[in-house]
Amino acid sequence: MKYSYFPGCTLKTKAQELEKYALRSAEVLGFELEEQIEWQCCGAVYPLATDEIATKLSSVRTLASAKENGNKLVTLCSACHHVIKRVNEDMKTDKSTRDKVNNYLNISEDYKGEVEVLHYLEVLRDEIGFDELAKLVKNPLTGRKIGAYYGCLLLRPDKVMGFDDPENPSTIEEFIKALGATPVKYPYRTECCGGYLSLDNKDKAANMASSILLSASKHEANEIVTACPLCKYNLEINELKSKVTVTYFTELLAEALGVK
Amino acid sequence: MTRVKVNPSNRDKEISRIIEISGENIYSCMQCSKCSASCPANSEMDILPHQVVRILQLGNYERIVNSQTIWNCASCFTCGARCPRDIDITKIMEAIRLTVIRNKGESRIDVDELPEKIDDKMPHQAIVSVFRKYRK
Ligand code: SF4
Ligand code: SF4
Repeated sequence: MKYSYFPGCTLKTKAQELEKYALRSAEVLGFELEEQIEWQCCGAVYPLATDEIATKLSSVRTLASAKENGNKLVTLCSACHHVIKRVNEDMKTDKSTRDKVNNYLNISEDYKGEVEVLHYLEVLRDEIGFDELAKLVKNPLTGRKIGAYYGCLLLRPDKVMGFDDPENPSTIEEFIKALGATPVKYPYRTECCGGYLSLDNKDKAANMASSILLSASKHEANEIVTACPLCKYNLEINELKSKVTVTYFTELLAEALGVK
Repeated sequence: MTRVKVNPSNRDKEISRIIEISGENIYSCMQCSKCSASCPANSEMDILPHQVVRILQLGNYERIVNSQTIWNCASCFTCGARCPRDIDITKIMEAIRLTVIRNKGESRIDVDELPEKIDDKMPHQAIVSVFRKYRK
């Protein structure tokens, strides 16, 4: 199976492991992620204002290009996924945005939200299946206690993201189980890490990230996994205090598949 | 207790603008405070999310734009996810920020100070986000 793939800026710079291990694992799992030509930064945060159009254009270009290639669009970074999926929903359901964007972009065929946007974890869960994944595991991560960290962007708002139950998700736990490790559920796994507050309000972000790590370690997780470079950054700068290590879910995947 | 009349038709221009940009119906808020109780950044807020909605209902624009709250909101979408009246407070916070930073000279982040705030490991995602949230 071939998918169009949108990497995003951070995966080409500070979060290269997130991408590297995803691509290696995809090879083993038998699907192809074809990086889009001339993709542009998604803008990192979804434009929440009803009157903003320009900030949505790069996502629409990405979506329209996937449509042209007849592919589903796969993302890896939680933030890119959030932005592109929500802009896609706007193009599907909000006529005013759709008309303005299409008039401006002047692409050969109007884009109306036709493309299916999948996060890599959704490809594993819905297209490959965790049972199938479990069969391909070469080095089961037996005995490791791993906590899933979902954060905000994959889950909320549930109506648009449709990723999992926003209050009690289980996708990443099932993923961890498929790799042979023991998933650890802890209360703060869907709480915010502080996000962009870490740039201008470091103390507050540190405080939020510490609560998450503390919650994970109280429930005896030794490591936690995330799909978001900013979550990883916020958690990592506080990691020392808690002994819980933070990695990308793709590192875990590659390790279990024997390609790390 | 004094009775305060909330009259949507009398609200001033700025408040109307905030409501329009957010696309949310602030008048359906019943002040249950679930948003504030859920907010992970509430310890840094001088006005809690449910109070922001109330102050908007009452039309006190100055109080809202001069609050620390809007700059300490992390856009985590928790408030909106839990609101029993389906109000997306994250969008209201964004609309208030925008009514401030869309004015000339009202940017919240000084580009010259940025290098000091960025370390080697900070992902681009954080920097781009801050440009979107604090500057126009
Ligand atoms: S949760 Fe909703 S209804 Fe309750 S106070 Fe907040 S905005 Fe109002
Ligand atoms: S979006 Fe902002 S106001 Fe709402 S819960 Fe998160 S930090 Fe609090």
